[in-house]
Amino acid sequence: MELTSTWYLVLAAILFAIGAVGLLVRRNPLVMFMCVELMLNAVNLTFVAFGAELNDLGGEISVFFVLVVAAAEVVVGLAIIVAIMRRRTGVNADDISVLRG
Amino acid sequence: MQTLAELVWLVPLFPLLGFVALLTTGRRLGEPLAGWLATAAMAASFVASVVVFVGLIGLDESERIVEVGLFDWVVAGDFNVGFGLLADPLSVTMILFITGIATLIHLYSIAYMHGDPNFSKFFVYLNLFAFSMLMLVLGDNLLLTFLGWEGVGACSYFLISFWFTEEANASAGKKAFVTNRVGDFGFMLATFLAFFTFGSIEYGDMFSGEIAAGTATAIALLVFVGACGKSAQFPLYLWLPDAMAGPTPVSALIHAATMVTSGVYLLARINPILAAAHDWAPSLIAWVGLFTALFAATIAVAQDDIKKVLAYSTVSQLGFMIVAVGSGVYVAALFHMVTHAFFKALLFLGSGSVIHGMNNDQNMKRYGGLAKFMPVTAMTFIVGWLAIAGIPPFSGFWSKDEIVVATWANDDIFANKVLFVLLLVAALLTAFYMTRLVVLTFFGKPRWRDEVTGEAWVSSDEPLEPRHPHESPWMMTLPLVVLAGLAAVAGFINLPFSKDLKFFEHWLEPSLLGNEFHGSTSGGTKWILAIVATLCALVGIVAAVVTYLGRRGSDTVTAPEPPAIVADGWGYDRAVSAFMGGPGRAGFALLSKFDGSVVDGAVNKIGAAVRWDGQFLRRLQNGLVRSYAVFIALGAIALMIWFGVQA
Repeated sequence: MELTSTWYLVLAAILFAIGAVGLLVRRNPLVMFMCVELMLNAVNLTFVAFGAELNDLGGEISVFFVLVVAAAEVVVGLAIIVAIMRRRTGVNADDISVLRG
Repeated sequence: MQTLAELVWLVPLFPLLGFVALLTTGRRLGEPLAGWLATAAMAASFVASVVVFVGLIGLDESERIVEVGLFDWVVAGDFNVGFGLLADPLSVTMILFITGIATLIHLYSIAYMHGDPNFSKFFVYLNLFAFSMLMLVLGDNLLLTFLGWEGVGACSYFLISFWFTEEANASAGKKAFVTNRVGDFGFMLATFLAFFTFGSIEYGDMFSGEIAAGTATAIALLVFVGACGKSAQFPLYLWLPDAMAGPTPVSALIHAATMVTSGVYLLARINPILAAAHDWAPSLIAWVGLFTALFAATIAVAQDDIKKVLAYSTVSQLGFMIVAVGSGVYVAALFHMVTHAFFKALLFLGSGSVIHGMNNDQNMKRYGGLAKFMPVTAMTFIVGWLAIAGIPPFSGFWSKDEIVVATWANDDIFANKVLFVLLLVAALLTAFYMTRLVVLTFFGKPRWRDEVTGEAWVSSDEPLEPRHPHESPWMMTLPLVVLAGLAAVAGFINLPFSKDLKFFEHWLEPSLLGNEFHGSTSGGTKWILAIVATLCALVGIVAAVVTYLGRRGSDTVTAPEPPAIVADGWGYDRAVSAFMGGPGRAGFALLSKFDGSVVDGAVNKIGAAVRWDGQFLRRLQNGLVRSYAVFIALGAIALMIWFGVQA
């Protein structure tokens, strides 16, 4: 059986769905973060798959951008989580709602 | 640089520098250094004006319109107004006499304002005024002219209420400001309309563009409303007599020689628009001018305050200029503006000298016989008097005669022969009230008591004021002498005898773009008209001499009293005040209520509605990250569905 890009896309879709559901159902910010990463990398996978399929370097280049942005985002996000952990014991995303209108 | 005329930017620069320097260091410089600095700035500006004049003379006649763009000023889409100066015969004529007279009046003020606690502030305002006035006449577009227009208005306000600790002076300033707003409104609407019509407010574009007669009429009349405010024409003249509350040099500079002529200048500037307007518009302008000239002249006859006489006289003379503009003789209007600037500045400065010598008393009833005590003031004043009365060969005769001839000749003006006769009556009244002023002030028996010897020359029921009149210092008399010289000979710049002698008319031609009215009056008729005008002046003078000096024999201070209503300005001022205070105030209260409840109300209600909505919408912002994620997911799904439907 040949490995066509369809496989990659299906895998990406599954990863994305896992990430999205995880983000919605889990309450631990750290886990939610991992879910976000999962979704980002699912998208990266589609980029690469299409890049190879269409023989276009643009797909691979986009991945680098996503990686850089994701790294930066993780730095900020983890810093926030660490800061929150210092102030209270245990982290629950639903408890952090001081910014409500 | 092609020509010296391109140095025109130096002209307003010097007063501006003077203003900035005095504003920052004026108090430290103190008296009299601040005054000298201001005077030097004006003198430099005058020299620059002469340089520009020389440069312009050196050019070919067809090239005598020099535009100097300095920088972009207001740029917004299609709307582009440059900060550019326009040096053409019209504006250069203006800057020459403005800077010249301003220099003399600055010098005069050094002595006149001696000892005033706000000495340096006075010169700050004076230099700012000069700058604004020069911007007004040099601007090459309506907006820049408007900048100067408002600048001189503000300076006028500052200087009228210069001694603001007295309630009357402060309210006179306010009155001038508020009345001028009415005129400014006309100016602004004219600017908008000009932009709407031509897509530009530069004079060059406006005069080369096509315009319908109706639009031209509207623009011309709106500008005329502005001119009515600034140049004190009926019904907006009210502020000028009250403006005499300011120091006398201010009255001479702003309220006689320069600022009040800016309305006439502007009408002359837009002469192509006036030419394109319907015929009735110039007629209307001429008749309003005539009415003002006549109306103010009658009031001037009955004033006792020396400065009030001169103020009403200024209103009246401005009326003459407006008549000239309406009759299409712009040269005559500007000619009269120049000669009037000389002799009226002279008369005001002379009156200042008299007031100075009489312990700030302005009531002519308590003057008399001052010629003996103030010889220089009296001699120069008499020159000014003969000039304004229209006695040849003094300057006023020539310029007034031009206007009179034009009203006789221009049949396009509605009922021009009637206008001509009434104008002669106004001229007669001018001679009458000026003679009255001169006689009451300088001749007859003194109606005051010598301060030192206690000597009295007349007997009176009321106690006579002790006075010690004396000639003023040279800084005050020198400007008087110079202005007297100019008032005597200025008429020779435009002699009517042959075409070659009309230097002034020839000089102004490039600015008037062929819109000057040339009457076909024969030489003989002109002679007759000139003789009639001179006879009118003589009749006025003789009548006043007989009335006010004929009683030399009697020892009393009485002179025939004109009816009280005339002295009261025909009750017009009172009527306006009564209207504004009564029905007017009620109307304003109503408007204010409308503004508060409807205009402001609409804004407030919209704000309240948004707040009310916010009360509900804020619930969505619950601070839970996961609920936001749900919304994002729902949004993404909705988008996908929408894309699906589209495809």
